[in-house]
Amino acid sequence: MRFTPHTPEDRAAMLAALGLGSVDELFAVIPEPLRARSWDLPPGMSEPEVSQYLAKLAGLNAQNLVCFLGGGFYDHHIPAAVDALISRGEFYTAYTPYQAEMSQGILQSIFEYQSAICRLTGLDAANASLYDGGTALYEAAMMAVRKTKRKKLIVCTSVSPIYRIMLKSYTINLHLELVEADVSDPAALEGLLDQDTAGLILQNPDFFGVLHDYAPHFEAVHALKGLGILGCNPIALAVAKTPAEMDADIAVGEGQPLGLPLSFGGPYLGFMAVREALLRTMPGRIVGRTHDGQGRTGYCLTLQTREQHIRREKATSNICSNEALCALAAVIFLGLMGKQGLVELAELNMTQAAYARERLTAIDGVEPVDQGPWFNEFRVRLPIDARVAVSRMIDKGIAAGFPLGRYYPDQSNNLLVAVTEKRSKEEIGYLAEGLEAVL
Amino acid sequence: MKTIFEMSRPGRRAASLPCSRVDERFCQMSRLPPELRRSEPAELPELAEIDLVRHYTLLSRMNFGVDVGTYPLGSCTMKYNPKFTEVAARLPGFAGLHPLLPQLRRGGLLAQGALRVIYELEQLLKQITGMDAFTMQPLAGAHGELTGIMLMAAYHHDKGNQKSLVLVPDSAHGTNPASAAIAGYQVVTVPSKNGVMDPTAFKEMLSDQVAGVMMTNPNTVGLFNPYIAEIAEAAHQADALMYYDGANLNAIMGYAKPADLGFDIVHLNLHKTFGTPHGGGGPGAGPVGVVERLRDYLPISRVDMRGDGTLFLDYDHPKSIGYVAPFYGNFGVCLRAFAYILALGGEGLKEVSQDAVLAANYLRVKLGPKWRVAFDRPCMHEVVFSAEDKAAQHGVSALDVAKALIDEGFHPPTIYFPLVVKEALMLEPTETEAMENLDALVAAMGRIADKAAADPEALHAAPVTTPVGRLDEVSAARHPVLQEPLEA
Repeated sequence: MRFTPHTPEDRAAMLAALGLGSVDELFAVIPEPLRARSWDLPPGMSEPEVSQYLAKLAGLNAQNLVCFLGGGFYDHHIPAAVDALISRGEFYTAYTPYQAEMSQGILQSIFEYQSAICRLTGLDAANASLYDGGTALYEAAMMAVRKTKRKKLIVCTSVSPIYRIMLKSYTINLHLELVEADVSDPAALEGLLDQDTAGLILQNPDFFGVLHDYAPHFEAVHALKGLGILGCNPIALAVAKTPAEMDADIAVGEGQPLGLPLSFGGPYLGFMAVREALLRTMPGRIVGRTHDGQGRTGYCLTLQTREQHIRREKATSNICSNEALCALAAVIFLGLMGKQGLVELAELNMTQAAYARERLTAIDGVEPVDQGPWFNEFRVRLPIDARVAVSRMIDKGIAAGFPLGRYYPDQSNNLLVAVTEKRSKEEIGYLAEGLEAVL
Repeated sequence: MKTIFEMSRPGRRAASLPCSRVDERFCQMSRLPPELRRSEPAELPELAEIDLVRHYTLLSRMNFGVDVGTYPLGSCTMKYNPKFTEVAARLPGFAGLHPLLPQLRRGGLLAQGALRVIYELEQLLKQITGMDAFTMQPLAGAHGELTGIMLMAAYHHDKGNQKSLVLVPDSAHGTNPASAAIAGYQVVTVPSKNGVMDPTAFKEMLSDQVAGVMMTNPNTVGLFNPYIAEIAEAAHQADALMYYDGANLNAIMGYAKPADLGFDIVHLNLHKTFGTPHGGGGPGAGPVGVVERLRDYLPISRVDMRGDGTLFLDYDHPKSIGYVAPFYGNFGVCLRAFAYILALGGEGLKEVSQDAVLAANYLRVKLGPKWRVAFDRPCMHEVVFSAEDKAAQHGVSALDVAKALIDEGFHPPTIYFPLVVKEALMLEPTETEAMENLDALVAAMGRIADKAAADPEALHAAPVTTPVGRLDEVSAARHPVLQEPLEA
């Protein structure tokens, strides 16, 4: 398959304009000893052939499992209008809106997205997106380090273990002290929080789905002049106490629940919102509203002196391409849900999860863990290794949940079950009946 | 245009949610106690679906993508994005796949198709670049750069080397020094000579403190550095690693491989060279390849093959730098790139580079009469001009030229980059622009050159055909309005 329009005549005409005989002459600058010795790639395929091959590969993935997997990434319904709109070539084949006058479409959309994130989190300013919730968390941690000029970060063990591994990976060469501890109870902060604490990182709902009020925690870190960072679930924010209400300084999170398919790990969407005081150290693109010479309202990238294309090694971050199309999907999703709809969506998730929790804990040998309240995810303790139980449930066509032993070695019998609005009463029934049978 | 917040009407609704059908008492459990509940609902708009669809459709009509017209944005490789890849990415077997599935016991068997995409893409990228192993985890080019520098650090740490510096040429893309700095290194800039990084200056700046050097070849002015072999040799003698910024790979496929040029670490931009869409600013993907001696440091998990041919996630690499992404990378982007490479095949990819370099040189020669090329010799896939003479003689800057080109129906080239050229205009046509488009671009640039001399004021007023004219960016930065204000 070829996408270049050039015919042999076109190429000949271009070569003639250059006074060259063959295109190989254009590569003469590459010294002979450095030339590729081999170019062993398979021959190209036609559109039907490659499409068929890819469909075959797609068919090798389990497609019909009833999904109770979560862990920060959820099987929500994506309204059809989202994909219809982000499939418009004017949006998705564009690049970063450097030339604002011809890019008002994406710029205004991103402004709307930033506005929506601010309203969800209650904070003062949001950026145009970061790669995902984990890199967003890392960027927030680095903001705290830069702002306070301190070296210690305290991360609760109920923050996503995946994100904690990422944070460790990114900071290993930076001479920082990363302290992981269970600080769900603010009393546990005593002895950990000190004058060297740059930031305290918490998550709500936490990785186990439990909802918290972290206002006391952030009050404690502020008393010592450190920053409060809260990882959030954007749908839970429809009903849960906001980062602003808890007095967090930075809110970050994974925007996948906002109209993005699971897509085996990406592309996803890191969102970030900050208090006014942190605006100029926030990484990522930011869109601002302004006007043109005729007084017409317009939008442009702004505060660019933070960014790599201006500040280079002094930039607040190295980010260039981000997740613009995913942010567009998210704002369209939020618009489709709307003020009332998002609340109903959040409550429906919680309702289905509550039903599932009762059905599961009614099974002999299955115990509740945590006291709740929960958002749309919860732990149960099984009488056997959760990995074995889940494996048996796969044979029944159900992905029953995530065995926590994978990331919490002392929890090998614990299963993390996520229940979204897509899980019907029947499906939850199958989960409970199936689990009872395999235990 | 009004924003969705300004359009909001109380009571309008688009949301469509299923009925719970569980007992009412479970609904009660979704009502949170006050200390856990937000005090007021988020002020999201209330609109009908038709309102939103019209709104974003109209906004899209105020946007310019490759699907609309010629987009010669240098360094970004704005080539055509094949539609069949969009179909593939949306197949439920891919789009609906939860990333935690293969982490379950026997879970790899549930995602063999997806693991095959990652594994086979790795093999193809190894062939294309000559590297020995790849990770698909980095989620963008700059993210790949950061990952590459982290790999550099892991290598040196493992060897007990104390290295604090990274060298970059003065023509480097901003993400290079930014990534090195973020990874904890001090950045030192090496001057160019005759358009390419000066090998003599480079050798003088090499010390045992240098962890590595970040380069791209051809570089950001579109020139191939013919001294690359001696640069690599000097670097390796100082135990400094050679990092290849793959942004310009569109120029050399089939002709040269970064491994053969002496590079140890490579990142690729799938959204550039491999035709995945730019999305208005992402999502992209920046897979990183390494030579054998760096393999152990690659992020985990890696996709490996068992004796029976099945694929699995391998976490057993104790020297790995860990996770740079939550899972396996931007899978949807990797899948599109995989599809693109399969469609083109070896011959097709080589032809891509041939046509890309041919088109850029065609522009160089055709624009030459009225525009001052920065380096008067054959370029590779992109060509840099300078508007410095027009700025000096007529007060017409690179910015004015860009805005005038918008009125002519083109997306402008990259302006004011690379920094080594004053009033830079960097054009990268790519291989997917037909000759009549290239000729039209040349003609438009010709008209602008003429106008610069005859009527520079007209160019200062450009663009005039767009929904808004030049925006007050100073005010936007001084008095930032970054969200729709909440109603009082």
